[in-house]
Amino acid sequence: MVHEEKLLEIHDLVKDYGNGPVLKDISLDVHKGEVVVLIGPSGCGKSTFLRCMNGLESIQSGEIRLDGNVITDKKTKWSEVRQKIGMVFQSYELFPHMTVLDNILLGPMKVQKKGKKEAQEEAERLLERVGLLDKKDAFPRQLSGGQKQRVAIVRALIMKPEILLFDEVTAALDPEMVREVLDVMLELAREGSTMVIVTHEMQFARAVADRIVFLDGGEIVEMDTPENLFTQPKTDRAGRFLHTFTFEKKEG
Amino acid sequence: MWDKEMIIMLAEGTADTLYMTLVSTLFGYILGLPMGILLAVTDKEGIRPNSFIYKVLDFTANLIRSIPFLILLILVIPVTKAIVGKSYGPSGTVVPLVIAAAPFIARLVESSLKEVDHGVVEAAMSMGAGTGQIIWKVMLAEARTSLLVGVTIAIGTILGYSAMAGVVGGGGLGDIAIRYGYYRYETDVMVVTIVILVLLVQILQGLGMLLSKKLDRRRA
Repeated sequence: MVHEEKLLEIHDLVKDYGNGPVLKDISLDVHKGEVVVLIGPSGCGKSTFLRCMNGLESIQSGEIRLDGNVITDKKTKWSEVRQKIGMVFQSYELFPHMTVLDNILLGPMKVQKKGKKEAQEEAERLLERVGLLDKKDAFPRQLSGGQKQRVAIVRALIMKPEILLFDEVTAALDPEMVREVLDVMLELAREGSTMVIVTHEMQFARAVADRIVFLDGGEIVEMDTPENLFTQPKTDRAGRFLHTFTFEKKEG
Repeated sequence: MWDKEMIIMLAEGTADTLYMTLVSTLFGYILGLPMGILLAVTDKEGIRPNSFIYKVLDFTANLIRSIPFLILLILVIPVTKAIVGKSYGPSGTVVPLVIAAAPFIARLVESSLKEVDHGVVEAAMSMGAGTGQIIWKVMLAEARTSLLVGVTIAIGTILGYSAMAGVVGGGGLGDIAIRYGYYRYETDVMVVTIVILVLLVQILQGLGMLLSKKLDRRRA
């Protein structure tokens, strides 16, 4: 697939909580329709990097552009920008006092001011797609982790975002539920959604990504196609990191 | 003691106490709810940090709360007179009660709102919800059980304060208890007023807890 149009441009981004930068001059372009997967050891800054992309973390220097418009200056109306950037979180973050349907409808009805009928039809269509239409009146506590995460994905999708951010969305799930969530994401990728994914699921990363970005110590160490990065990493650090996911057969 | 006059007096005392408590709670929330919301929102961990507004409100709340109610009662007599025309009786007691209750309620509201999971607030932010939408649709909605528990705590506290106003002729059950129990040594009347006060607190507390449990969707 050829992705030419730049959707998200990140230039020399620096994030510092006050005791030294946690992200050091990171630059990355995400093209329309592209799936970029961020991998790296815990604490390397990949989740922070993702959260900078929709302003949940402030940045200390650098610039982010969405559709060519700078979104990191003081005048940025985040409430408008964020409608174009969907996000799915590790611990779902569904509103516990709302039904599945109300969780999904909050964005389109209250933020985008869409009519109830239109929004509800869309919500039901999306729920149907992820196999959860029968749960529309359930409360989050009645759902399994995998179901909650699929609802959270629907809640992000209904805003029709230009780009979707996934922050370790399977990290809190039991192994048998990981698949159902990853399948939904794979399907979104196949349909041409633009996605930035932070994950520890290496097999999945390899399957879904157009490009893999390996972060370590707050820097982009290596960036390549999954094929190249997984089979012949150019840097030692990436090689060592990937090695931690393979096991030697026990000598018998 | 159970003559008709006594029963009427106790009934009126109960009605006065309920009137003072409920009206003061209502006005206390009219002032305290926005103040509590502002405290939660402008806190440095809040969704719109503003240290100036936070510090002013924080200081005001602490200042009023550090004045003992009995002294506040006397201190605000000019204000009370200006608002309701007199400084005694149930209506005269409502003014100092509201002044004392508002910062207390603000603190209850603040702590309820701060209990709302920050992740849920971020989820609302990430879909582009504005500050007002986050406050109304997410923070207040998600904190509602805790807010209701706060209301029952506030009612209980205000009820206790209202009895204290009896010392300066505030009306209500506290007034009766002090007049009969303290000045006239008619202990039996005092005991009856205490029993009524205990029952009132139990009933209001029970109702509040029942309601908050009913509204809680987080538990099965």
